[in-house]
Amino acid sequence: MSNPTSTEYEKYYVPEQSKMAVMATIGLILSIFGAASVMNDKTFGDGITSGSWTILIVGLFWFMAVLFAWFRQAIRENIAGMNSAQLKKSYVLGMFWFIFSEVMFFFAFFGALFYVRTLVGPWLAGEGEGGRMNGLLWEGFEYNWPMALTPQEAVGGAASQPIANNGSFTSAETTMAFSDAAAWYKWLPLWNTIILLSSSFTCHLAHMGILDGNKKKFNLWLGITVALGFIFICVQFYEYYEAYAHFGLTLNSGIYGSTFFMLTGFHGFHVFMGMTMLAIQLMRSLKGHFTADDHFGFEASSWYWHFVDVVWVFLFLFVYIL
Amino acid sequence: MCFEAKRLFRLALGPVLMLVSAVALAAGGEVNQVNMSPGVTEVSQEIYSLHMIILGICTIIGIGVFGVMFYSIYAHRKSRGHEPATFHESTKVEIAWTIIPFFILIGMAFPATSTLLDIYDNDDAEMDVLITGYQWKWKYEYLNEQGENVSFFSNLRTSQSEIYNTEQKGEHYLLEVDEPLVLPADTKVRFLVTANDVIHSWWVPELAVKKDAIPGFINEAWTRTTVEGVYRGQCAELCGKDHGFMPIVVNVVSKDEYNEWLGTKQSEAAQIKELMAQTFTLDELMERGKAVYDRNCLACHGAGGEGGVGTAIAGSAIATGELGGHLDIGVNGVPGTAMQAFGGQLNDVDMAAVITYQRNAFGNNMGDMVQPIDVFNFKKG
Amino acid sequence: MGDHHHGPAKGISRWLFTTNHKDIGTMYLWFSFAMFILGGAFAMIIRAELFQPGMQLVDPAFFNQMTTLHGLVMVFGAIMPSFVGLANWMIPMMIGAPDMALPRMNNWSFWILPPAFLLLASTLFMEGGAPAFGWTFYAPLSTTYAPPSVTIFIFCIHVLGLSSIMGSINIIATVMNMRAPGMTYMKMPLFVWTWLITAFLLVAVMPVLAGAVTMMLMDIHFGTSFFSAAGGGDPVLFQHIFWFFGHPEVYIIILPAFGVVSQIIPAFSRKPLFGYDSMVYATASIAFLSFIVWAHHMYTVGMPIAGELFFMYATMLIAVPTGVKVFNWISTMWRGALTFETPMLFCMGFLVLFTIGGFTGLMLSIAPSDFQYHDSYFVVAHFHYVMVAGAVFSMTAAVYYWLPKWCGRMYNETMGKTHFWISFIGFNLTFFPQHFVGLAGMPRRIPDYALQFADFNMMSSIGAFIYGASQILFLYNVIATIVSGKPTSEEKVWDGAEGLEWTVPTPAPYHTFETPPKIDPAHAHS
Ligand code: HEA
Ligand code: HEA
Ligand code: HEC
Ligand code: CUA
Ligand SMILES: [Cu+2]
Repeated sequence: MSNPTSTEYEKYYVPEQSKMAVMATIGLILSIFGAASVMNDKTFGDGITSGSWTILIVGLFWFMAVLFAWFRQAIRENIAGMNSAQLKKSYVLGMFWFIFSEVMFFFAFFGALFYVRTLVGPWLAGEGEGGRMNGLLWEGFEYNWPMALTPQEAVGGAASQPIANNGSFTSAETTMAFSDAAAWYKWLPLWNTIILLSSSFTCHLAHMGILDGNKKKFNLWLGITVALGFIFICVQFYEYYEAYAHFGLTLNSGIYGSTFFMLTGFHGFHVFMGMTMLAIQLMRSLKGHFTADDHFGFEASSWYWHFVDVVWVFLFLFVYIL
Repeated sequence: MCFEAKRLFRLALGPVLMLVSAVALAAGGEVNQVNMSPGVTEVSQEIYSLHMIILGICTIIGIGVFGVMFYSIYAHRKSRGHEPATFHESTKVEIAWTIIPFFILIGMAFPATSTLLDIYDNDDAEMDVLITGYQWKWKYEYLNEQGENVSFFSNLRTSQSEIYNTEQKGEHYLLEVDEPLVLPADTKVRFLVTANDVIHSWWVPELAVKKDAIPGFINEAWTRTTVEGVYRGQCAELCGKDHGFMPIVVNVVSKDEYNEWLGTKQSEAAQIKELMAQTFTLDELMERGKAVYDRNCLACHGAGGEGGVGTAIAGSAIATGELGGHLDIGVNGVPGTAMQAFGGQLNDVDMAAVITYQRNAFGNNMGDMVQPIDVFNFKKG
Repeated sequence: MGDHHHGPAKGISRWLFTTNHKDIGTMYLWFSFAMFILGGAFAMIIRAELFQPGMQLVDPAFFNQMTTLHGLVMVFGAIMPSFVGLANWMIPMMIGAPDMALPRMNNWSFWILPPAFLLLASTLFMEGGAPAFGWTFYAPLSTTYAPPSVTIFIFCIHVLGLSSIMGSINIIATVMNMRAPGMTYMKMPLFVWTWLITAFLLVAVMPVLAGAVTMMLMDIHFGTSFFSAAGGGDPVLFQHIFWFFGHPEVYIIILPAFGVVSQIIPAFSRKPLFGYDSMVYATASIAFLSFIVWAHHMYTVGMPIAGELFFMYATMLIAVPTGVKVFNWISTMWRGALTFETPMLFCMGFLVLFTIGGFTGLMLSIAPSDFQYHDSYFVVAHFHYVMVAGAVFSMTAAVYYWLPKWCGRMYNETMGKTHFWISFIGFNLTFFPQHFVGLAGMPRRIPDYALQFADFNMMSSIGAFIYGASQILFLYNVIATIVSGKPTSEEKVWDGAEGLEWTVPTPAPYHTFETPPKIDPAHAHS
């Protein structure tokens, strides 16, 4: 590494005092307090009170407004040319490690899925080391995946289970697995896979466009990407609707329902976030923010998009197919 | 020099003080046991010697490491005019002190592995006891192929007045139960450990058995001892409010004594079975019900039915309402509250008695009663 | 804008809106001390109740709340933020950076902490009481059987996790991107290295904790069955996820402490750190191993024996790199020119007591013996040796060591040494006897105990009061130094100290290294 003298050194922009952090904190704390109150009202109270909802909604809007202002400011600073190459690298690193943390979040849920599928299920059925005596508790429970009968159902319902009553878990009539699909072309996950994979591709095309300085190409493909993301979310909503309305597949469907909805739900939420981010980049592009060599906002969003896509591939494999 | 000696003395003071006080207290006798007990089973003794070996090795390494350090503190101080050396790395020593500890660890791994294999050798047991943790008591169930299954609950016997210091604490304060687990000596006993509500852990140090009781899963452990005696332990996994108050007492007796005890227990169980078919008078039910209430419900619902952790029974809409609803709460509990399902804990006779009692005591004057057969039918649905 | 040749803003807005790494570091440090007092107060209640057998002061339910909040507040409120504060203050100064890489986010990472802890503490006054399921919050005690305040608790954990993740991303970006030219990785001070690795651990495991509490939330409110066998889940699943976070967490606590000790021991030995390279590799090895040992907290849950053996062997291995560190520190002292100012005393206390704690850790890692140790006071003794004498002692050392640089005033040395000796004695009096009662069979997390444990518990309680009281001295000394300590303007407050932070004026100006310093390529690491 060479030692530039101080005159060659590009100054690192350290922002002035900023109200953003404290404002964002207020929004965040209101949101979590509101969310906790709503949930506690629901579970421990006699119905959700409007006060809890108010706190939650005010908190969320406040929070989003601050985030909006915050990002706007960061963008303006960039446009004003205050960001040195080094600062931009800080943003790159920040985004990279943020995505890494998201990977670890999904890791927890995938870990849970693998653990219950390979170990807990057989144990409950009285198989394998660590489970051979469990047949005493869950007589008649047979393990298969997707779970056809929860242990509770196998012993005849909550009242006759050997442990204290802690809710009722009724397995789904139909699951989302391929084997349960009416016909391959009626199997929504397949369509969603196609949609999401192609959106990653169109996102890449958009990137190529901006690198060539071809804004039109960029806007076009980016727009298509956002649209694909939107379609994906719609399809997933439809899938959830089917699950609840026709399949009897709910959050209460034992561990199959739990893992299914948590994994696909958090993934769907991330698709929504990614789509929003990309949509904002599209708007910024229309305002002329990006150039061939300065479009970090888009790049960061596109990494995020590819990450969401990779997670889906794993989901498709381990939640839907295998 | 004198000044330094004083400093050195100060430096050594802390640990010395500790040791002196520990030894002084330990000399006071068994009361201040400072080490693990070797226990009364082969496994517990194996564990004990493993513990001593590792402790010994660590002590020796510690003496070496701290010796070098204290020497350096003593000899290489600036105040003695010691000039600093400048060396700051040596691949050779780094390798040495990576490799040597590694081999020490391998040495430790051998006895550890073989002891662990013994602990996990759950097969060939001569009898099985199913242990279920409840908030905050243990249930023991002797799984017998022939004859009645014997099962009972084991509750803390220490009185509240001892706990709250209004009465002298007895010798086995907090480590005594109303009905201990009885085991035959010289018999390989397999424990099947599970729980009804939250996670508990069944721990008797002298037997070196500690197994978590996980609701919905059965863990295995085993023991065998030739030494008859009473062994005491405690629940070892935080399980809520009274985690500190659910002791374990194991009574190891000769095989003959054990068989005799089991016989009595079995005939008691058979008696209950007979009682189940019987019809009782209100007075009989009230008498029995009071005993059951005091043992099982009083802690939460109060001596006069005035409530506490639980709601008041006196004047309760449920206890003075329709019979089925009352029975339902008794049998199935109220999910998500401290009111547990007692259906699996009380036999039908006791359940009938306690429900009847609640409906006719504390100023509740319902005049109706529940017979064991009603409970039986209710459970059947 | 961008013109920084002025001091801090005036009044409260300086602290609320600041983007300055030193201000933020200061806030972290004060906040963590406040939490230390709060967590300490809970500990005093625990020790007071355990002073004698029988229930005297609190009821069992409240006792459990105290144990839980003590653990949570100490780990997440006192220790972790204190080292983050230190990182904020020192890392930019040590690597020659003008500030942290992402200063506004830095402020946010801090400011979400106080309200989160306020919310958590407020659960004490909620119906059903505060969380009472231990800092490890095992399901189903923390789900089906938890008080309503568990919902608040869960969201607070989310916020703490967010704070840690953002703080760590900031540290990683700073270290990777903001080093002065010529400051190669292998020239970084060891404190920077340990924090880089710690930050990596944090980014890797905090999201897993977030996942765990999210599953709890779903089980409690939305009818899922992750931790319920009736629906096909498993309470033990919770423990696996928790400890996948929890074990790296304990190294998150100790690695920055290792860094501090690696700065201070060379300074007072007047000799460079022995085996710098191997220290870096050892730290990395510890971090790596920390991911594959989690189930040593779960030997008694009924794992298959293969798992039991794997986790036992892997855990034992950690003794090797940790030993390398201990040996290197001692070799650093060997044939140095030692002096024993307060920071050095605390580091030596650390060295002895942490090693003892490490030995008991090794004993715990032996699975068969752990069947006797597990969930007894032996474990409590182990982790206070590594966390109090390890992390807290080294944090105390760090404050004494860098305080003169921070405020340009010298603390009172006699008082500092007195603080050390009272702490040292009080600490050992508190926690050494806990080994004995643990081995003799006293379970942890109990508000009352059998009579044979009475003497040692009384000793332990007395020690705890002494140790606690000695912290008043510390607080007083620090405040007195800031307000009226003897001014010093020497750049190098300690004659043996090395590193960039000792090349800037004392007290350190509000902005340091607006242009990067020159690193002498021939100069070794500091
Ligand atoms: C700062 C935090 C910290 C640190 C550094 C450690 C370090 C270690 N810990 Fe500890 N531990 C905790 C915090 C920590 N621990 C906490 C909080 C708990 C309880 C959590 C709860 O349940 O609430 C716990 C519990 C705990 C358990 C579970 C006990 C139980 O519940 O049954 C185990 C079991 O293996 C364990 C092992 C170890 C080991 C092997 C190390 C090793 O890293 C130690 C290595 C160090 C040395 C060995 C000493 C120096 C080495 C030498 C001088 C070299 C030569 C030595 C030899 C060859 C022996 N710890
Ligand atoms: C780094 C973390 C950390 C730190 C620093 C401490 C510090 C202390 N801890 Fe704690 N402890 C834990 C982490 C920590 N602990 C954890 C994780 C648990 C497990 C929780 C669980 O089971 O879930 C635990 C559990 C635990 C127990 C077991 C409780 C039980 O099982 O029921 C006990 C009992 O003695 C204890 C004691 C103490 C004491 C006396 C201190 C002292 O060092 C505290 C000293 C500090 C002060 C006292 C405050 C500052 C002083 C003043 C403001 C002066 C005023 C005070 C006086 C005049 C007295 N701790
Ligand atoms: C560990 C505590 C505990 C014990 C022991 C306990 N209960 Fe309860 N009980 C409760 C609680 C808490 C409630 C309130 C449940 C609710 O919120 O609806 C309750 C409610 C009841 C009610 C309904 C009263 C009403 O009017 O709401 C009945 C009947 C009852 N219990 C019977 C029993 C019987 C019979 C026993 C013993 C065999 C018993 N309880 C033991 C805690 C307990
Ligand atoms: Cu049961 Cu603790
Ligand atoms: Cu660990």
